[in-house]
Amino acid sequence: MTTPLAEVASSTSTLRAFLHGLPGVDRVGADARAAMLGTRSIKTTAKKQAIDMAIGMVDLTTLEGADTPGKVRAMCAKAVRPDPSDPTVPRVAAVCVYPDLVATAVEALRGSGVKVASVATSFPSGRSSLDVKVAETRLAVAAGAAEIDMVIDRGAFLAGDYLKVYEEIAATKEACGDSHLKVILETGELATYDNVRRASWLAMIAGADFIKTSTGKVSPAATLPVTLVMLEAVRDFLAATGRKVGVKPAGGIRTTKDAIKYLVLVNETAGPDWLHPDWFRLGASSLLNDLLMQRQKMATGRYAGPDYFTLD
Amino acid sequence: MSERLAVRKTYKLFIGGAFPRSESGRSYVVTSSKGDFLANAARASRKDARDAVAAARKAFPGWSGATAYNRGQILYRIAEMLEGRRAQFVAEITAFGGVGAKQAGDMVDATVDRLVWYAGWSDKIGAVVGSANPVAGPYFNLSSPEPTGVVAVVAPQEGPLLGLVSVIAPVIVTGNTCVVIACERAPLPAITLAEVLATSDLPGGVVNILTGSPAEIAPWLAGHMDVNAVDLTGADPELAVTCEELAAENLKRVLRPPAGPVNWLADPGLERMTAFLETKTVWHPIGV
Repeated sequence: MTTPLAEVASSTSTLRAFLHGLPGVDRVGADARAAMLGTRSIKTTAKKQAIDMAIGMVDLTTLEGADTPGKVRAMCAKAVRPDPSDPTVPRVAAVCVYPDLVATAVEALRGSGVKVASVATSFPSGRSSLDVKVAETRLAVAAGAAEIDMVIDRGAFLAGDYLKVYEEIAATKEACGDSHLKVILETGELATYDNVRRASWLAMIAGADFIKTSTGKVSPAATLPVTLVMLEAVRDFLAATGRKVGVKPAGGIRTTKDAIKYLVLVNETAGPDWLHPDWFRLGASSLLNDLLMQRQKMATGRYAGPDYFTLD
Repeated sequence: MSERLAVRKTYKLFIGGAFPRSESGRSYVVTSSKGDFLANAARASRKDARDAVAAARKAFPGWSGATAYNRGQILYRIAEMLEGRRAQFVAEITAFGGVGAKQAGDMVDATVDRLVWYAGWSDKIGAVVGSANPVAGPYFNLSSPEPTGVVAVVAPQEGPLLGLVSVIAPVIVTGNTCVVIACERAPLPAITLAEVLATSDLPGGVVNILTGSPAEIAPWLAGHMDVNAVDLTGADPELAVTCEELAAENLKRVLRPPAGPVNWLADPGLERMTAFLETKTVWHPIGV
């Protein structure tokens, strides 16, 4: 690395030169490595541990037009005590809602240790002016959100206007104040793994505390190889700058098996230091019920049924 | 000119409308009653059973929500398809041994007739077991039967085709979906039946057929919290007791195995249909 990272963003040309100077991703190799790590067999006590760890990393999410304060309160109750019949189940890491419902969630979660995350910056498309995006971020922070999930402007990124994306992230980071900033790359729209690597570095240089795969509104959402590329980016970023950034795959993670594959991937790529809710999250809604069903199966020895868990 | 190579059929499971091998990769040798090799069949594991339950659960809303008329048509269609494969079933039944071609042919005919008979019941069972109840008040009070849900079936260990169809048809005609463990010794007609079901407009997952050991798989189904009923017709007494105990955990409906040998050619009556029906009663005010 010839240019110090601080100066990389001084102009469009230096930023472009830096991002395009990142080594290319071997697509076939990344796919093969992610698939190979997905075949690891995690059973019995290790599986039990993995399930509890995964529950503690879940960002329980509801991002629907039809969300109501009642639904958010019900989800918050589930976040604190995922299985009411079993107090040994750990609470989830955070709940993730739209900005207007942050106050409801903060009220419902006060004192529980579960954080409130809010999407912002014209989620999910990110198509608005910087002023509107910053104002929305301030709104969510003022309502009490401890974490902000912003989306990048994919149109600008794909058009090569990296500086615009950088400045938006930096401005949002400033608006966040003490709140953590998660930057959603929407990898399903970035087309190549090279772009995912570039977007990851761009977000980290601009000040992201977390990089997140997807909004959950675009298919494909989170995939193992994309997460692998992002985990490599945070690992290399730590080596280059000494600053540690978290990773959050979101969308399309529905089963315990999927979740455990992600944990293996984290352990083998970024290392066990990232296996903590402060550094790795799983954005999901239906995943939690599957984790609870698997946990109950291991406790009782019989397959669990969805009738015995709350709908969400 | 070289001799043409024989194309041997691979007998697999039937889950969610597809024909997967067992997740466990296991198989077992199926022999005739005299001990001659017939084929290798998949030996299903508990995870195959779990997948089958998931498929049956997924199929339930669509199948139970279909009109009775539509379900009847599809059962009739199964009969049509089965009739077209008569020769194949006769060959499989006679290869297993114990019966001649004439007797096997009679069995297949009886199976087709059984399906047609149950097909006719789809839109009549409600009228027979439902009722308009007299009550002391200004209400219409109506009881109507509804399907129980996902039913796990241990198919009879004798009558590999007629016995099998005689336990599947009454379960699905009323709108239930099922996971069936086929006869362990003679599973080949069950897999051929799956090919019939797959080409009969029956939605995938309504019937799932597993081959293998009932003693190994049935307890997992009986204990499964997402299964609503078990039919233990083909379970031996010891297995039936185990399964019934496991079924108690979430109050499954249990159809116990028959006390003695069953004559599958006899009139089946309504018992097998009503065993897997729930009665819903609604009160509706009059004159408002």
